[in-house]
Amino acid sequence: MFDLYRSQRAMRAMRQNAMQRGVVAILDIGTSKIACLILRFDPAPAPTDGVGPMAGQSAFRIIGAATTRSRGVRFGEIEAMHETERAIRTAVQNAQKMAQVRVDHVIATVSGGGPRSYGLAGQIELRGAQVAEHDVAEVLSACEMPDIGPGREVLHAQPVNFALDHRSGMNDPRGQVGDMLACDVHMLSVDGHVVENLLHAVKRCDLELAGLASAAYVSGISSLVEDEQELGAACIDMGGGVTGLSIFWRKHLIYADAVAMGGDHVTSDISKGLQISLSTAERLKTLHGGVVATSIDDRDMIELGGETGDFEIDRRTVSRAELIGIMRPRVEEILEEARARLDVAGFEALPSQQIVLTGGGSQIPGLDTLAPRILGQQVRIGRPLRVAGLPEKATGAAFASAVGLCLFAAHPQDEFWDFDILPERNGTRSLRRAMRWFKENW
Amino acid sequence: MRPLKRRRRAQRGSDPAPSRLSYRLQRLALTPAVRRGFTFGVPLAAIALMGTLTFADEARRDRLFAWIDEARAKIESREEFMVRLMSIEGASDRLAADIRELLPLDFPVSSFDLDLAAMQDAVRTLEAVEEASLRVRPGGVLDIRVTERVPTFVWRSGEELLLIDATGHPVTTIDARIERTDLPLLSGIGADRAAAEANEIIRAAGPILTRLRGLVRIGERRWDVVLDEGQKIRLPELRPVQALEQVLAVDEAQDLFARDVILVDMRVPRRPTVRIRQEAAETLRQVKMTELGDD
Repeated sequence: MFDLYRSQRAMRAMRQNAMQRGVVAILDIGTSKIACLILRFDPAPAPTDGVGPMAGQSAFRIIGAATTRSRGVRFGEIEAMHETERAIRTAVQNAQKMAQVRVDHVIATVSGGGPRSYGLAGQIELRGAQVAEHDVAEVLSACEMPDIGPGREVLHAQPVNFALDHRSGMNDPRGQVGDMLACDVHMLSVDGHVVENLLHAVKRCDLELAGLASAAYVSGISSLVEDEQELGAACIDMGGGVTGLSIFWRKHLIYADAVAMGGDHVTSDISKGLQISLSTAERLKTLHGGVVATSIDDRDMIELGGETGDFEIDRRTVSRAELIGIMRPRVEEILEEARARLDVAGFEALPSQQIVLTGGGSQIPGLDTLAPRILGQQVRIGRPLRVAGLPEKATGAAFASAVGLCLFAAHPQDEFWDFDILPERNGTRSLRRAMRWFKENW
Repeated sequence: MRPLKRRRRAQRGSDPAPSRLSYRLQRLALTPAVRRGFTFGVPLAAIALMGTLTFADEARRDRLFAWIDEARAKIESREEFMVRLMSIEGASDRLAADIRELLPLDFPVSSFDLDLAAMQDAVRTLEAVEEASLRVRPGGVLDIRVTERVPTFVWRSGEELLLIDATGHPVTTIDARIERTDLPLLSGIGADRAAAEANEIIRAAGPILTRLRGLVRIGERRWDVVLDEGQKIRLPELRPVQALEQVLAVDEAQDLFARDVILVDMRVPRRPTVRIRQEAAETLRQVKMTELGDD
C-alpha cells in the first residue's frame, strides 16, 4: 500500500509540473482507436458574459487532437507492445503537429485489467477536537485494506463520504468539531501488469506518465450531467473491446466495473455469420447496422462485396434484417451483462436510476429502443460535454473517455495519496505502545 | 502466429506510424530552445561565418579599410565642410594677434579636422583670456568669442610691472608706469593674492583718491596706503576698510592730511597713532618750551 502511495504521489507531482508548464497530453488507449488530445492550461480563463465557466473546463483549451486506429490492444489491454507503441507514436506525433507544441507529460486511461470496486470504511476518535487536515489523512489511513488479490494495483482510492458522529454525507469535515470521524473510501483496483505494460508503452514513446484514470470513470465524468452525478446514475461506456460501467452518486464514483465485451465482438459475429472479412464486417456494422428490425429491413438488400475473385462469393447480398439479427443478440448480451453487474452493485438502491449509454457502441441505430427493455426506463444515449477547442470530429460519443480525461486532468478528485500521511506516525505510536506495555509489566 | 522478426521492406509501405527516429526528430524540432535556435541562432551563425570567412583574407580586409578611408576623406573634403576664415570677437588687437599665433591653422581646413575643445583649452591658457567659446559658423568661418580680462591694478613686483585684474590674475606686463596712469599701483609680495581687498580699499578711499600713490602689501598680511608727500596710513590686518573710513572721517572733520602728519597708524584700531614730521615736532617742542618753559 505504501509503495503505491509513493508512486501515485510521484505521478501527482509530475501532473502538477505539467500543469505549471501549461501543456499536457491526454492519451486514451482503447481497443479500436487511440486518441491523443493536447491541452493547454490557461492561467486565468477569459471572463464571459452570461453563463460562466461550467465545471471548470474553461481553464484549458484543446490545441491538438489526433486519432488513429488502435493496434495491438485487446480488451483494453496491451497485447503487442511494439504495435501499440507505434500507434501511440502516430497519435502523439499528429497531435503535436497540430498543436505545434512538444508534450512530455501524458495522462492515460486504463480500460481493461478487470477493474474491481471496494468500499472501505475507517474511523478515528477525535475527542471533541476540530478536524484538521492531518485528521482527514489519519482517518483515510485508518481504513482497513482489503485483500485485493496478488498482482493487483490500486488505481483510484477516493474518499466519497465523511461522517462526524451522527452526521453523515459530508464532503469536507475540516474545521468541524466532533468526537468520532468516519470515512468511506471507494477503491478501484486493476491488474498490475496491465498498468505496467501501459507505463512501459508510454515510456517507450519518450513520454512521462503524469496520471492514470479508469476509462469507465472518466466517461462518466464527461457524459453524466451534474444532476445525474448528484442523484445517482450509471454510465455505460460501450467501447470496442470493453464495456465500462461506472456508478456515480453525490458526485463521487462509487462503483466501477467492466464487461469484457464490446463492438469488436459484434463485428466478429458479423464476420463469422456472413463469412466476410473483419474490415467488411466493420463497414457493414457502421453503415447499415442496427438492433431493431422493421418490415422494410427485410427488403433492404446490402451488397457484401469481396475480393476473392469468386463471383458467387463476391456478389452475395444480405438483407438488413439479417444483419440486425446477427447484431442484436450480441448487443443484448452486452447490455444484459451490464445490467447484471449493476444489480450486483446494488444500483436499485440509489434514489435516481438514470443510465447513460455512451462510447462508440452507443451509436448503433435503435439502441434507444432496445436498451430500455433491458436496463429500465431511465435510459438515454449520452455524448460527452463540449470543451473548448475540441475539433468537430472528436465530439462524438466515442470520445467520451478522452473528453472525460481532459476534465479529470483539469479537476482531479481528491485521492487518498493527496493527503500527507506521515509514515512514521504509525511507527512511533506502536513503539510508544510497546514502551507502555514494557513499563506496565516490568 | 505473428512473425516475430520484423520484415522491414514489407512494413514500410502500409504503416502510417512514424519511425522512432522521425518521431524523435519531430519532438526535437518542437522543443522551444531548438525552435528558437533555428529561427535566430542558425541565421546569425551563418552570417557570422560568412563575415569571418570574407575577412579572413588580409588583402580583402585592407581593401575594405582603404575604401572606407577614401569615402570618409571624400565626404570630409566637401566644400560644405571647409573652414576658410577665423574671426575673433571681444579681444584687443594684441590679444587677437596672440590667439592667431597660438592657433596655427592654414586655411582652408575641413571642420572634421578641427578639434574645437582642444583649441578652446589652448586659447584659455592665454593669461589675458578669461573665457573663450569656439564654433564653426555656416559659411566656413571659425568664430572665436573671447572675454578678455580687465586690468584693474598695476603691480610692481620686483623689477617688472604687471597688470592684474580684480581677482589678482595677471593680464600682461608693461614697460613703464606711465603707460597706465589710470590704474592704481600695488606693490609688495603677495599683493596680487589680496587684489580683491585692495579693490575695496581703493573704492573706500574716494575722497583722497587724487592724492593716492598706491597700496603696499606688508608682510603678506596687511596694507599700507601711501599718499603723496610721503604720507602713509597703516591699515590693520582685519577690517582694513573700516579703519580707512575712520581715518577719512577724521580727515574730513579736521583736515588731517593737510597738516604736518606723516603717518597714521591704524594697526590697532582702538589705539590710532599719528606721527608728525621731524621739523614740525621740533617746532612744536620749541613753541611749548617758549610758552610753558618746559616739556
